[in-house]
Amino acid sequence: MIDLLGYGAFFTSTALIFGLIALGLNLQWGLTGLFNVGIAGFVAIGAYSSAILTTPDAADRVGGFGWPILAGWLAAACITALAAAFTGYATLRLKSDYLAITTFGVAVVVQLVALNAQGLTGGPFGVAFIPRPFASLQEHAVAFNFANLAVIASVVLATYLALERLSRSPWGRVLRALREDERAATALGKSAQSYRIQAFAVGGAVMGLAGAVQAHFIGFIAPDNYLPTLTFQVWAMLMVGGSGSNRGAILGAIVVWAIWVGSGSFTAAIVPSDLQARAASLQIVAIGVMLCLILLWRPQGFFGAGRKK
Amino acid sequence: MNLQFLLDGLIAGSMIGLGAIGVTLTYSILRFSNFAHGDFMAWGAYAALAVVGAIGGSLPMAPLSFGWPLLLAMVVAMGLTALLALTLDWLLFARLRARGQSIIVVMASFGASMALRSLLEFMFTSRPTYFSRAIQIAQPVGFGIRVTADQVALLLLTLALVVGMHLFMQRSQRGREMRAYSQNPALARVVGIDVDKVVRATWIIGAALACASGVMVGVLVQIRPLMGLDLLLPIFAAAILGGIGSVPGAVLGGLIIGLSEAAAVQFVGAEWRAAVAFVILMAVLLVRPMGLFGVAER
Repeated sequence: MIDLLGYGAFFTSTALIFGLIALGLNLQWGLTGLFNVGIAGFVAIGAYSSAILTTPDAADRVGGFGWPILAGWLAAACITALAAAFTGYATLRLKSDYLAITTFGVAVVVQLVALNAQGLTGGPFGVAFIPRPFASLQEHAVAFNFANLAVIASVVLATYLALERLSRSPWGRVLRALREDERAATALGKSAQSYRIQAFAVGGAVMGLAGAVQAHFIGFIAPDNYLPTLTFQVWAMLMVGGSGSNRGAILGAIVVWAIWVGSGSFTAAIVPSDLQARAASLQIVAIGVMLCLILLWRPQGFFGAGRKK
Repeated sequence: MNLQFLLDGLIAGSMIGLGAIGVTLTYSILRFSNFAHGDFMAWGAYAALAVVGAIGGSLPMAPLSFGWPLLLAMVVAMGLTALLALTLDWLLFARLRARGQSIIVVMASFGASMALRSLLEFMFTSRPTYFSRAIQIAQPVGFGIRVTADQVALLLLTLALVVGMHLFMQRSQRGREMRAYSQNPALARVVGIDVDKVVRATWIIGAALACASGVMVGVLVQIRPLMGLDLLLPIFAAAILGGIGSVPGAVLGGLIIGLSEAAAVQFVGAEWRAAVAFVILMAVLLVRPMGLFGVAER
């Protein structure tokens, strides 16, 4: 029973972190219509930033700054926002597809830096000993899990409220107007490019924050955590939840993560161990097909406001 | 200084260029960047592998590591890859295109790409495989450069495909229609161009060239489900560098990217190879977003 409670807290924490990433994506895509295929890259930037700034000194890489966790999270959000703003600056005055291609490239390069710049990122071995909130509770597994869940839930809640507020503010209205009818909005004197860069940067900041929160939740990061599959999962979450809705983003994250974990342990239970890698790839096929089917038949998602685009 | 990297870059560049032709055509005619294009390469390579297996035996032709069965298999696989592209278009892209939001089509191609790639991993596992395990002896050709017979043959094949493509686009009726449609879809409709045929031709050409490129990667390097994903960024960068819609631009862009990658391997380190395409892409977007042969947006 205790185990189950602990696992429930762990599962919810993981799902909520995905929800946080999906919230960032919803600002970029749902509200502004910017297509980001490099989510994993931005999450990784946040995770590595905070990890490097907060970890104790390590022999073979820069570090030893020993910042408090909260300062690391803030820095992660700011650094990721800068990276996103630069990506947006380079591409958003051009065709919309160029942003997609460039974010794809960002993810590739971040992965490469994480793997090869050993002096900065620890290379394939990653960064360990990332301070965890409430580390003093670690002996009491359940209390520790729930304390972490509380931290993560409050971060998600705060971000949710801030984003809700933001999307109702004049700033959010401009973004929606730009998405619906760019010509009319620019005719009213709103600079499409500048607003889009802002939205992309703020969405990036949320993704970076999510990466940092996840890094401190697990306590260890490595390049393998940030493969294209992550990008893909978050997209599936937002599409299931319904793009444009912050509530949908979080609900979609929980549902898709439950399906992902559930089908994972299901195949692990029935498929012989030598075929497990194959079964895992079938899981991705299923999600890919699902994403396409949603695009075809239910583009507004399942939990969204149902508002027609 | 060892000049071998020039040859390596030329070969990598021609494979990237063949892929970029498909991307640039899809972008200029169907108006979306197809993230599944790399997976057409991988599917093409595996299709050729399956056909070679079905024919049985490789019967290598003297200095080459492959023989006529592989060439035959490549032609069959090109057809199969085209069939795959047409099926995807019919099931997915055409329906979404009809709704008129091009970014949704991009997203669908992203989902399809993930599914296609993982399906290959499911069927063939992620372990690399080869058309032939024979070792080829590289012959010196001067300036410290060594070349294998396979490399020469495939460079010639690329040259033939590119010249053929160029003539097709410039001289044939269908090629002219494709160019007309990419420049002005509305006007092309008015003068009676059959849009469905243009769309079909675009998919067939793009997929067939992707398959050829995939088979070449398979002959010279190896076949893996992720081979297409790894080439996707260089291909996009090449298409944008060359100027969207330009076939010679795509090939030239591919060669530039391939040579730069090889130079980076030589002078910076092999582990940074994949970053080269990104650096070039960013430079093009910041300095000359229309590319080398592109036309400015209206």
